[in-house]
Amino acid sequence: MGEMILEVRHLSKTFGSNQVLRDIDFTVDKGDVISIIGASGSGKSTLLRCINLLETPTSGEILYHGQNVAGRGINPSAYRSRVGMVFQSFNLFNNMTVLENCMVGQIKVLKKNRDAARRSAMDYLEKVGMAPYINAKPRQISGGQKQRVAIARALAMDPEVLLFDEPTSALDPEMVGEVLTVMQALATEGMTMLVVTHEMAFARDVSTHVVYMNQGVICEEGTPAEVFGNPQRQETKDFLSRFRNA
Amino acid sequence: MEKLVKLGQDMILLWDNYGAAYLSGIVNTVILAVVATVIGCIIGLACGILNTIPYSPQDHAAKRTLLKVVRAIVRIYVEVFRGTPMVLQAVFIYYGLPYFTDGRVAFSGNSGIWLASIIVVSINTGAYMAESVRGGIISIDPGQTEGAMAIGMTHVQTMTNVILPQAIRNIIPQIGNNLIINIKDTSVMFIISFTEFFAWHRYIVGVNNMYFPSAAIEMIGYLTMTLIASFLLRLVEKLMDGSDSYELVQTDPLTMTAGTYNYPDRGTPFDERSKEYRERTKESLKNRNGSTRGER
Ligand SMILES: Nc1ncnc2c1ncn2[C@@H]1O[C@H](COP(=O)(O)OP(=O)(O)O)[C@@H](O)[C@H]1O
Ligand SMILES: [Mg+2]
Repeated sequence: MGEMILEVRHLSKTFGSNQVLRDIDFTVDKGDVISIIGASGSGKSTLLRCINLLETPTSGEILYHGQNVAGRGINPSAYRSRVGMVFQSFNLFNNMTVLENCMVGQIKVLKKNRDAARRSAMDYLEKVGMAPYINAKPRQISGGQKQRVAIARALAMDPEVLLFDEPTSALDPEMVGEVLTVMQALATEGMTMLVVTHEMAFARDVSTHVVYMNQGVICEEGTPAEVFGNPQRQETKDFLSRFRNA
Repeated sequence: MEKLVKLGQDMILLWDNYGAAYLSGIVNTVILAVVATVIGCIIGLACGILNTIPYSPQDHAAKRTLLKVVRAIVRIYVEVFRGTPMVLQAVFIYYGLPYFTDGRVAFSGNSGIWLASIIVVSINTGAYMAESVRGGIISIDPGQTEGAMAIGMTHVQTMTNVILPQAIRNIIPQIGNNLIINIKDTSVMFIISFTEFFAWHRYIVGVNNMYFPSAAIEMIGYLTMTLIASFLLRLVEKLMDGSDSYELVQTDPLTMTAGTYNYPDRGTPFDERSKEYRERTKESLKNRNGSTRGER
């Protein structure tokens, strides 16, 4: 076990009268690759978005190296630059080239100079196999390529944790592999990752931890062997059996 | 046929005598329209940006109140200036200033007329652009804002680097529309004795009664100005869109599908670009036709 990076305590989130998350507790240690699985609507995206402060938690704490970031008086921008996020819908900047997408955050947020930003952007684009496309605009590349650029853009900020919200769900089947390959390589290098996914093979083979969410609560969690090999809860068994049959 | 020849002769006659006057009118019209469109766009941009600053219940009460007041003021400004004729606004402002200051401050002399005209046309254009800018900002998909926030960009950084460049590109057809309308509608500024192109027509026909030949010269003059304006704006749009293709620096080791190597804008079976492209085209067509100042 490495040092603790994030600790979520009693996190709840309510939209109007709809309680989407209730009393979520879990921790993220350095080097963890945590897969969050669960049916659609169970609150997985909301959990990630709360962790990145894209949503404001209704109650509870999110401790980043022991400091609560969910309260007032916190600069969310500085914190967000330490916690990267990769979205289902890529969310690349359409007015910039692939290279500029990976440079703008370094220049504007990290205040690096253009040369340094360019060098590290190139390194990460190389890593995700997108170096050939640095001059392309997002509308000119495929979905899988967009997602790889989005990963490089997040990596270029040199974050401590990367959050992935169903990174392959918007992709055509042919392109899922290229994105998972990149994510697997990151996991192998020791990147701390929190991955919401429906790719059960990835959750089973790549992650160090699996969290099964059901109706806004963490229903079951453990190592992949525990959750996939010997699920304790009936809900988990039902959920997993749907994937085996599929 | 001989009527047309006659018309031609009359027009030449008019031009020989008043060519310099017509030309100075054209110059004044163009200067007023361009300056007022630029200032109007800046006003519209400021209003549109102010109107789209997000606030949430977590924000400080003072900030929320301030933003609400700002939005109300912008709303009133837009409604007042879109809801009254520009010719009346010109009179209102030109004569209103000395009225309220007992003649101590007035738009005096030629420079005063210029100043009043620029103010009126700019404010008018700004009222129309405010709504266009707001629409342009809102139409950028919120995912890009989240993408920017997720790498730690502030609201201002997100606006200036991501949202506004795209919003401005999307409203260029509206800007063009406003420029063309301003070229034509500055003609109402004769009411405060601004000597633009149409004012010279009124003066010249008052001297010699050659109504129709002079009107023909005016028609050709206005049409020439507006056609050049449209052409230049198309050119700007093209330049802003940049190249349709890109240089592949080397091959991509991770892509398995042959399709992604294709020149993308043709649309491979595996990508969604053609759909985006269609939507964009549809959007820009809509912008052109559904002009916000169509009713004028
Ligand atoms: N901004 C929002 N406003 C209201 N309800 C929301 C909002 N975002 C999510 N929800 C609701 O929260 C629930 C969980 O959504 P989500 O976190 O997206 O689930 P998942 O990612 O597991 O599919 C859903 O019922 C959804 O309708
Ligand atoms: Mg989701």
